[in-house]
Amino acid sequence: MAQTAVKPREIPEKKRKKRDYNAISPLWNVLFNIIVGLFAFSCIFPFLFVIMISLTDEQTLALEGFSLWPSRFSTAAYSYIFRAGSDLLVSFGVTLSVTVIGTLLTLTLVTTYAYALSRRSFEFRGFFSFLAFFTMLFSGGMVPGYIVMTQFLHLQNTIWALILPLSLSAFSIIVMRTFFQTTVPDEVIESAKIDGAGEFRAFFSIVLPISLPGIATIGLFSALGYWNDWFNALLYYNKPELTPPLQYLLMRIEKNMDFLTQNAQYLGNFDAAAGLPTETVRMAMVVLATLPIVMAYPFFQRYFVQGLTVGSVKG
Amino acid sequence: MAAFWKKIVRNRALLLLVLPGTVWFLIFAYLPMFGTVLAFKDFRISPDGFFASVLSSDWVGFKNFEYLFQTSDAYVITRNTILYNVAMIILGLVSAVGFAVLLSELLNKRMAKVYQTGMFLPHFLSWVIISYFAFTFLSPDKGVLNQLAAYFGTDSVSWYSEPKYWPFIILFVGIWKGIGYNSVIYLAAITGIDKSYYEAATIDGARKWQQIRYITLPLLRPLMIILTILAIGGIFRSDFGLFYQLPKDSGALYPVTNVIDTFVYRGLMNMGDIGMSTAAGLYQSLVGLVLILTANYIVRKIDRDQAIF
Repeated sequence: MAQTAVKPREIPEKKRKKRDYNAISPLWNVLFNIIVGLFAFSCIFPFLFVIMISLTDEQTLALEGFSLWPSRFSTAAYSYIFRAGSDLLVSFGVTLSVTVIGTLLTLTLVTTYAYALSRRSFEFRGFFSFLAFFTMLFSGGMVPGYIVMTQFLHLQNTIWALILPLSLSAFSIIVMRTFFQTTVPDEVIESAKIDGAGEFRAFFSIVLPISLPGIATIGLFSALGYWNDWFNALLYYNKPELTPPLQYLLMRIEKNMDFLTQNAQYLGNFDAAAGLPTETVRMAMVVLATLPIVMAYPFFQRYFVQGLTVGSVKG
Repeated sequence: MAAFWKKIVRNRALLLLVLPGTVWFLIFAYLPMFGTVLAFKDFRISPDGFFASVLSSDWVGFKNFEYLFQTSDAYVITRNTILYNVAMIILGLVSAVGFAVLLSELLNKRMAKVYQTGMFLPHFLSWVIISYFAFTFLSPDKGVLNQLAAYFGTDSVSWYSEPKYWPFIILFVGIWKGIGYNSVIYLAAITGIDKSYYEAATIDGARKWQQIRYITLPLLRPLMIILTILAIGGIFRSDFGLFYQLPKDSGALYPVTNVIDTFVYRGLMNMGDIGMSTAAGLYQSLVGLVLILTANYIVRKIDRDQAIF
């Protein structure tokens, strides 16, 4: 605030005038702020709403419905989750391992492939570019992919079924290749090779370290994809006793709370049938699954924007 | 041949680098493409493994396709997929460009950043989370909308079994989730516009509206055309979660929520009809391929540099 108050005095007269002419009038500015502000609020409101619902007393909820300011608050849902939550913790662990392993695998596959495609001296560049990009044009579809996973690889009901389908995409290769081409000039690699570095050495000790922003972009795209994925669990997780990743767990308890009531028998405090805070527990779990993203995304948003703009520029 | 081997040896380091990715593409992209022959077969699982199953199943020609197109499903899913996509392309373009222009004109740039961050949030959340969000409004007994209905004395609506509301709900939520993401691209393009255009226009006495109309929008037009044509290329595909998760897989809503992707999924998981589901998937992929090639051909005609290939 202090800065904006001081600034106009420092700016030379000429520049200030130009800015005034070109800017929208204060009235329109207020109107624009209201429109954009309301929309932005509508984007974060549901999350705030779900937080309030998760903090509502279960009986009050049954009487009053979902309310932004319930007449009785309660943290029963959270204390239930943290007491009965051994399976929930496992589920969290599944999601976390899938995300970490998957992202590392993605980065390995994407950077190696994209680096080779970014090298002008690579004589098979055309062939391997085609191999990758053709997958953007045509795909076998869901069913043959399902059959490959279950009948050929036999990976259903393992975390590999959640990791492998998402670990590479032509889009991330394009983004990474463009990044390599624009930030690592061929001359740098050629001179490194003259100095005696092999292709691997050049890749690992020169190219990768200066490409960290690009790697961050791809890594974040990938981590978010894994964290939010429920589709592969829907396809490949069909054993009820297997703890699913968080998103799929949320999806299952949306239909019934069996998963949570099974645990309730281990708890003296809750009568499994009557006292279980069903609706608020659901919402509390939505909050817990969303919170990490809400906390982190304002910081990594800029890498996303960067990836988007790089991806839409043809290299 | 010897020359080819020499070429391989010469490129061995880079070939080794593309190897892991190539293996992935072969297994997860090209093997399923080979699997689409199942659309012409009556699939039987053979104990001798995947290839034996695929190869030993009986050929049935176009039976699976005939069966698919004889039902009314083929028409419904094609109609839903295309209509939703067309509506989303138009509304998505207008809203994304609109918000990008609004954001770029805000006087307080710091507030613009804050708004932008807020608008970006839904993009980072999964459809499962979004469907819970929607449920807080649409729940028949506890939802906000029916509370409002009670407050105003109108009848409450059983939202998850009334198909007539869903085209609007799906379009609204679909657009809402994507605006933050889509407007970023246009905002980046607006920021990249040379400021001297606006200065010259100001000197000529152009007002702000005229500047937006005659400078900003025309300069965004190539980007709009390219992104729209690319979206048209994908008109046969849809966001599975939006059509499966948001309506909570409610059977009463299938007439307005069933799209090709959900049809293929249900055919596979609920009916176990591998032949017909593969046929539907292949129909989607083939039409998609034709559309993308056509779209790219058109982009090439307009602006060579923007074509994908």
